[in-house]
Amino acid sequence: MIKLFSLKQQKKDEEGSARAGGSQKKASAAQLRITKDLNELNLPKTCNTEFPDPDDLLNFKLIICPDEGFYRGGRFIFSFKVGPNYPHEPPKVKCETAVYHPNIDLEGNVCLNILREDWKPVLTVNSIVYGLQYLFLEPNPEDPLNKEAADELQSNRRLFEQHVQRANARGYVGSSYFERCLK
Amino acid sequence: MASGENQSSSDNQQRRWHHIRKLLERSGPFCHPDFEPSPEILDFIMDSCKVLIVGAGGLGCELLKDLALMGFKKLHVVDMDTIELSNLNRQFLFRKNDIGLSKAKCAVEFVNKRVPGCEAVAHHCPIQDLDEGFYRQFHIVVCGLDSIVARRWLNGMLMSLLQYNDDRSLDQSSVIPLVDGGTEGFKGNARVILPGMSACIECTLDLYPPQKTFPLCTIANTPRLPEHCIEYVKVIQWAKENPWGNNTALDGDDPQHVAWVFEKAQDRAVKHGISNVTYRLTQGVLKNIIPAVASTNAAIAACCATEVFKLASSCCANMNNYMVMNMADGVYTYTFNAEKRPDCVACSNSTRIVEIEPDATLQMIYDKLCEDPVFMMKSPGITTVINGRNKTLYMSSIKSIEERTRDNLKKKITDLGLYNGVDILVADVTTPNTITIKLKFLENQDVEMAR
Repeated sequence: MIKLFSLKQQKKDEEGSARAGGSQKKASAAQLRITKDLNELNLPKTCNTEFPDPDDLLNFKLIICPDEGFYRGGRFIFSFKVGPNYPHEPPKVKCETAVYHPNIDLEGNVCLNILREDWKPVLTVNSIVYGLQYLFLEPNPEDPLNKEAADELQSNRRLFEQHVQRANARGYVGSSYFERCLK
Repeated sequence: MASGENQSSSDNQQRRWHHIRKLLERSGPFCHPDFEPSPEILDFIMDSCKVLIVGAGGLGCELLKDLALMGFKKLHVVDMDTIELSNLNRQFLFRKNDIGLSKAKCAVEFVNKRVPGCEAVAHHCPIQDLDEGFYRQFHIVVCGLDSIVARRWLNGMLMSLLQYNDDRSLDQSSVIPLVDGGTEGFKGNARVILPGMSACIECTLDLYPPQKTFPLCTIANTPRLPEHCIEYVKVIQWAKENPWGNNTALDGDDPQHVAWVFEKAQDRAVKHGISNVTYRLTQGVLKNIIPAVASTNAAIAACCATEVFKLASSCCANMNNYMVMNMADGVYTYTFNAEKRPDCVACSNSTRIVEIEPDATLQMIYDKLCEDPVFMMKSPGITTVINGRNKTLYMSSIKSIEERTRDNLKKKITDLGLYNGVDILVADVTTPNTITIKLKFLENQDVEMAR
């Protein structure tokens, strides 16, 4: 037990006196945690990160270039925004590349469970990278965000594959236009 | 004898303190074995003990009233908010005329007028605007906050005030206990944190319930609940339609924004055959509102105030150390010992000191971290905070950052903005967390000899 009363009797009154050298602003817990996450980032060879400002570790981009599956040969950019409540809250992740994908809509919203309802503070940036990479290898038509794409993947895989290739190479799928995103 | 002391001892004699004195001037079966009853303890509570109350809302009003009535006079209250109509049912220090005024100021004014001798001081600002010198003056901090970010910040601040002896043991006089209360509807919790000694906010971060979220695909394609419709408008439709232009962020406090979301959510609900999308529910989902219950606040605040009293007086052992309360069905409480995490980012992080020549390069620090038997790191990432801005000094694990910080290795540390006593942050696979290292410049030998 701490005996505050007796301890503080001896304590001199330091009211309002910030001592010299004690005024350096402390890094937040979120900052400490993201620094650790990034220093230990172990990217698969299909992924890469880009930091527009190397001093700002809270905002960066992840580039995924799948080497197998429907999306091989494509280059997809995701933006990560890590908030002050990390890791209590997950980073905000958006897909900046227009992509024909059952779990990514045309506004760049990504339906990945660990980005929302299944996020836990023990997860890291690395977990999200693997989650996103998995979306390209195994698109999941059960949880659709782009319903058209999901229905097609379930009903006609060949047609879906053709449409993915058309979208990646630049072109229309239905009424949606996709910019070229091949490497 | 100074007149102030006379006055306080006569104040002390008053019948007003009769019951409190029974606790402080006699021993009893529940007292801590080290407790020494004495009238001086009441003097300490009234004249010396400075308590900071963080938040002047539901819990804060209760805390301020409770502590003032217990005899604490040197109270400070900090809150950045202003009073709203919807506060008045439970934040009983405020009246209709006070709407729009500072919560901290109104609360303090009311209590100083109502409780003779109370000298509470108000601070109408965010907690982040007050510096180390401000926080260091307090003996105890008690908080009634509604935000996890603010709790984490305050926790980090109290951790940064800890001082360690040369043998790396904690200097107990630098410990400022934190008593934290929180409520949500009929549920609440109260806890006592001894920074550096017991579990802190960051140790138990995963105990906070995650924000209620729904799978994105459900809200996008198969909405079943009125909440799904509102979430859809909030998460997807707002960004798509950008109704206020310039990517204006959705503000749950702006009635026009709420009305827009409400209208769109209703349209969506009709389309999917869902009923019960109301304006209130829209507000609730947007702001994550859970109705506040006055009696929960009163109970939790009373518990926190009792813990503050125990800390200040040592008249009784403190709660150990986390109490949860549920009043939804009868009243249930359970107290358990939340354990300190050995790898906690906030409280296991005692600053280490590294001595270095003032004209050293960053490479020399890097090598020291890798070669010094105390560290033996593999590939340390080094960052710091200079003038409130984060700065990445070197990080090898990320290619794009490595390329842009590689040149820093050759630079003198003073040219990178580092100074004697600066803290650098080092992350490495060999440590469970980012650690803080204070650079201590060795005095230049030549200068020494020339003297």
